[in-house]
Amino acid sequence: MSAPAAMDANPVSIRFRDPQIEMAHGAGGKASRKLVEGLFVPLLFGAAPGPLGDAAQVEINGTKVAITTDSFVVKPLSFPGGSIGELAVNGTVNDLAVSGAKAEALVVTYVLEAGLPTPVLEAEVRAMAKAAHDAGVRIAAGDTKVVEHGKADLMYVTTTGIGRMLHGVTIDPRSVRVGDKILLSGPLGDHGITILLARGELDLEADLRSDTRSVLPLVEALVRAAGPGVRWMRDPTRGGAATALNELARDCGLGMVLFEDQIPVRDTVRGACELLGLDPLHIANEGQFLAVVSPEYADAAINALSLAPGGSEAQVIGEVREQPAGTVLVTTLYGGSRIVDMLVGDPLPRIC
Amino acid sequence: MRFVDEFRQPELISRAAEEIRRLAGTRHYRMMEVCGGHTHAIYRFGLKDILPANIELIHGPGCPVCVLPMGRIDDGLSIAQQPDVIFAAFGDMMRVPGTQGSPLEHKARGMDVRIVYSPSDALKLARLNPDKHVMFFAIGFETTAPSTALTMMRAKAEGIQNFSVFCNHVTIIPAIRAILDSPDMRLDAFIGPGHVSTVIGCRPYEWIAQNERKPIVVSGFEPLDILQSIVMLLRQLRAGEAKVENQYKRVVPWEGNRAALRAMAEVFQLRPYFEWRGLGFISQSALRVNDKYAKWDAEQRFDVPGVRVTDPKAAQCGEVLKGVLKPHQCKLFGRECTPEHPVGALMVSSEGSCAAYHSYEHRKAAMVASLSSIA
Repeated sequence: MSAPAAMDANPVSIRFRDPQIEMAHGAGGKASRKLVEGLFVPLLFGAAPGPLGDAAQVEINGTKVAITTDSFVVKPLSFPGGSIGELAVNGTVNDLAVSGAKAEALVVTYVLEAGLPTPVLEAEVRAMAKAAHDAGVRIAAGDTKVVEHGKADLMYVTTTGIGRMLHGVTIDPRSVRVGDKILLSGPLGDHGITILLARGELDLEADLRSDTRSVLPLVEALVRAAGPGVRWMRDPTRGGAATALNELARDCGLGMVLFEDQIPVRDTVRGACELLGLDPLHIANEGQFLAVVSPEYADAAINALSLAPGGSEAQVIGEVREQPAGTVLVTTLYGGSRIVDMLVGDPLPRIC
Repeated sequence: MRFVDEFRQPELISRAAEEIRRLAGTRHYRMMEVCGGHTHAIYRFGLKDILPANIELIHGPGCPVCVLPMGRIDDGLSIAQQPDVIFAAFGDMMRVPGTQGSPLEHKARGMDVRIVYSPSDALKLARLNPDKHVMFFAIGFETTAPSTALTMMRAKAEGIQNFSVFCNHVTIIPAIRAILDSPDMRLDAFIGPGHVSTVIGCRPYEWIAQNERKPIVVSGFEPLDILQSIVMLLRQLRAGEAKVENQYKRVVPWEGNRAALRAMAEVFQLRPYFEWRGLGFISQSALRVNDKYAKWDAEQRFDVPGVRVTDPKAAQCGEVLKGVLKPHQCKLFGRECTPEHPVGALMVSSEGSCAAYHSYEHRKAAMVASLSSIA
């Protein structure tokens, strides 16, 4: 592939120096960010197009739309509470939702491994159809490729979504101010820990289901009640809430202070994390979102979320402070505190 | 959650912190927590914010990943480079760099590398892959050595031929002795390792109290455990006593775990000496597989190059390990040496003091003033 002449005249700086791609580059944490910012952004955009969100805005004939894409390579294909097909629809619907957009249409690409049993494929396609129906989004087009046996793990799914902007809300990390409240829609870590246990490598069993769902109804409820006060939203998938909030802290240059005792985490997830030495803040979620809301709208926001179906566990989990700038800090009831960094490495490979 | 929440209760924690402040008075105390698990807990729970400034905690050598010399990793990986060998290890080992990269990087290049959660899972891999050889890269103190021993005993009993152990097990007491013998070391007391002591019990520490006149309290890993241990140490120090005490009685029996010790004695023998990263060679400080189990000993079954790699000169792991330097005082800290690209050993494992400091503490120093409004 040769670069266009204009680019040659204006060489871009590629800061990505890792000699090869490792699993960590796909884990959503620090390594992923380095790959995106050090290689993809300079070569594809020239310069960073502002903070990188979950979806991009494109203007067509004077109408703003949001667009995003996501690939799903989860193993195992199905797990308590969901499966790859459902995840592929909800994941993209959610990326659009937290960007302040309602998904209108999806394009689906399947990469199938020769030998994939038809009933498995059929079940996943049915799951996609149902999830799309539930989320009110149309699957508008698709493509299929088949690779040799052994060259993929049964099936991979990519969905690309286009969405209509919701009225009355603007998502911009640079609009976040000191004193803003950090909201979380529900308990952390259900998805990541469910997948970890579903692999059966740990001989641990727990009554736990993935939280995969469309967060659009909750986002809509939040925007209706507190739209002008909503400054930022993100669904904390790979890399967990810690990574999402670290990116926000970096983008707005402020400190994200979380109150550990306010962060909802189920006992089973806490227990698994204690046993395995993981931090729930680093575990992936597929049906939750974080929001930063100005203080005067915080009560209205929590009320609206709590009353909406599936929002009863929404909580204010922290607030934005001037210090520690660019950092996420967790404080405990007994006066201790610790910095929570982005995920380093890859604790749970292929969870979505 | 039982066994967790009751040891994190805010009222009890502030009461313990108050008692520490009262007992410590104005004197400066240097206490070493031997175990990496304690180091991690101290940072994770932000205990430094609670302790008075005159209680200085020095992070000890009890992180098995951290003290493993790079040459051993190269040796293990060179075995796994042979055809049809599966390299199995705990997750902690996966990002530890050898000269040609970490096990994970080797995996990305095609090596068959598997994360296991116990040695018996590695043996299970061997049963499931009869046409492959599974080599378990064993690390750890007396905490993990018994499960390696039991797994090898089972492999022998079942006659499983395609399984071996590359043994890097080390023992805690010689490491503590090396620390105490080091001339630049000045310590008042020890927070004794919790998990190791479930196996070896409390008796092996008695020489520290009797000969070195240093109090030692075997401690649990919850915030309240660690604070209570510090209270117990301060009480001893103020009374001019030096004895071994057991704070972690709910888990650690005074006599240790005899069945576990028997399994270790069945399979292992002491090496005359072993290299520790940052501390150098320490005599009788590590275990090798004995001749009865030679068939399951990767070092006896395969050609091992016996690589020795010296750490980069600029890395000051030894000084940090002995508490002479704080992690951030090392020249490489946070620049060349980060958790993503560790140069020195202590940055590798989350139990390493540099990694713990980098993850949880680094950047906090600059904002102490603003923190007072949070507490």
